[in-house]
Amino acid sequence: MPRWNLDVQPGPAGPLAAAEDAFRLIQPLAFPLYGGARRLLRFEEGEGVVRFENVGLRYGMGPEVLKDVTFNIEPNSFQFLTGPSGAGKTTLMRLLFLNMKPTRGLISLFGRDVSSLDPDEVAVIRRRIGIVFQDFRLLDHFTTYENVALPLRVLGKEEASYRAEVTELLHWVGLGDRMHVMPPVLSGGEKQRAAIARALIGRPEFLLADEPTGNVDPTLARRLLRLFVELNRSGTSVLLATHDIALMDQFDARRLVIADGRLYVYD
Amino acid sequence: MSTTDDTTVPAPPPATPGKPEKPAKPKAVPVTPIVPGATVAGRALIAVVAIMTFLAALTIGSVMAVRSTAGAWRSDVTREVTIQIRAGDKAVTDAQVRAAVDLAQQTPGILEAHVLTETETGRLLEPWLGAGLDYSDLPVPRIVVLRLDPAASPDLARLRRTLTDRIPTAALDDHRTWSRRLGAMAEGVMITGFGLLALVGVATVLSVVFATRAAVATNRTIVEVLHFVGARDGFIAAQFQRHFLKIGMQGGILGGVAAAALFGGLMSLPRFGILADPENPGIITWLDPGWLGFGGIAIAVIIIALVTALTSRITVYRTLRTIA
Ligand SMILES: Nc1ncnc2c1ncn2[C@@H]1O[C@H](COP(=O)(O)OP(=O)(O)OP(=O)(O)O)[C@@H](O)[C@H]1O
Ligand SMILES: [Mg+2]
Repeated sequence: MPRWNLDVQPGPAGPLAAAEDAFRLIQPLAFPLYGGARRLLRFEEGEGVVRFENVGLRYGMGPEVLKDVTFNIEPNSFQFLTGPSGAGKTTLMRLLFLNMKPTRGLISLFGRDVSSLDPDEVAVIRRRIGIVFQDFRLLDHFTTYENVALPLRVLGKEEASYRAEVTELLHWVGLGDRMHVMPPVLSGGEKQRAAIARALIGRPEFLLADEPTGNVDPTLARRLLRLFVELNRSGTSVLLATHDIALMDQFDARRLVIADGRLYVYD
Repeated sequence: MSTTDDTTVPAPPPATPGKPEKPAKPKAVPVTPIVPGATVAGRALIAVVAIMTFLAALTIGSVMAVRSTAGAWRSDVTREVTIQIRAGDKAVTDAQVRAAVDLAQQTPGILEAHVLTETETGRLLEPWLGAGLDYSDLPVPRIVVLRLDPAASPDLARLRRTLTDRIPTAALDDHRTWSRRLGAMAEGVMITGFGLLALVGVATVLSVVFATRAAVATNRTIVEVLHFVGARDGFIAAQFQRHFLKIGMQGGILGGVAAAALFGGLMSLPRFGILADPENPGIITWLDPGWLGFGGIAIAVIIIALVTALTSRITVYRTLRTIA
């Protein structure tokens, strides 16, 4: 069994305790990919990761889904994004990974006004952001390994240069023995972990996760949350969208709440 | 902190690619192409490209074959003129024929004057009058065939004038009407052929464009995911372009080679006694596209492959614009 396999072996104290054991295995790891110090040097003083100013968004001619949204995300911070279903969490995420342009207001990412970016600059900024989609978006003709390696591959890297790194990360998220199978045969939770691994492999400075625990049982949800917390400790800013109150109660963090199109921040 | 078994901690990935590394297993992982190869849409596109290339190649080959055949007929027809001398008293007619031959031979640019023998004339008339007839009793006109030098252009107008002055019963037939008709026909065929070629060309390009767009559309998720993991637009477009160039080449070569083989096969039929032309055994000129035709087919294959590749590129860029 690989050293960092997270698969829970139900021990005498039950699955939850086993999960905690698994987590204790991870905790000291400080996965070598995520040296936060190096990354922090890249932020200008007071630059921030995200800045929204009076952002409004409507789909087509519809009502404004987001109204006057103003907030910041600081380097090395952790926050939940929550709100009832249909409140606009995914919409906000899409604005954050440059999938949409706001109808009004200003968005800046890593100190750059996003309205002034050309396509190549968008690609460069994307590489600093890891995204976990609500629906995973794994490619079915790739193995799990190839899916996770994709962000490195599109940088033009040789397979040999990242093989060890990707293999290690896959072991770390407990997919060591599922590396060479295609996503269609993975379970929901396995897909979720593959999607998370793909978001992490490029060592993002900012991680966006849309309902990353939406498809898994509470135990796995808890483990994944720990994974994000661990990632944050090593220097990545995390925005985790969820409407799972129980999950948010497990970790004391800043909460961004969307209600009626407005965003309320609870520090 | 569980640090009891540090020795089993996997070695951190090397900081530099130069350092020899120990992957978990040096298991050869074949790198799957980013755009999947053997998909249903991909195979359908190969079929569409192959069929359309085949049709375009058939059109090109046929048009070129007709063009060279019409040209050949025309030059055959204009390479000869004939003098006809109405039959009268045998001795007089013979003298007139000799005079006509002399006149013709004095005209510069005429290589040869050949008086058709009775048997040759008989063969000409056979289709109308039947075989085994004795023509000596019939007032069959005498015919002198003049072979013209294609390089020089003999003054046929003068020859006609002197001929009719000296021998009132003689007439010079320069096949002008025939030649003009053939020319008009060849022109008509060419105009029709090129019109057909243009139509088939447009149809080919349109169907290849739409089939390619449909095939790219089935890969929209791939475009999106590549885009979201930070691939540059140019990288994504290049992946698709490479893949679709291959598809276009495969289909194009399939169709082009099939059409060329068909022409080659038809041209070699006479060797097996089918469609043989007794005057010109071994080759049917009216099916020979010539090097222009085969060259045109090769160019069509290249153009179709390029259209496929370019369409995929444009479609990817268009898809990317709808994502952002
Ligand atoms: N492409 C679209 N076109 C038009 N309206 C849309 C579109 N996408 C989302 N909406 C609308 O915008 C609102 C916000 O949707 P969004 O997906 O952001 O909600 P959410 O908070 O992510 O919900 P959930 O928790 O169910 O995932 C909804 O009312 C939805 O119907
Ligand atoms: Mg959502």
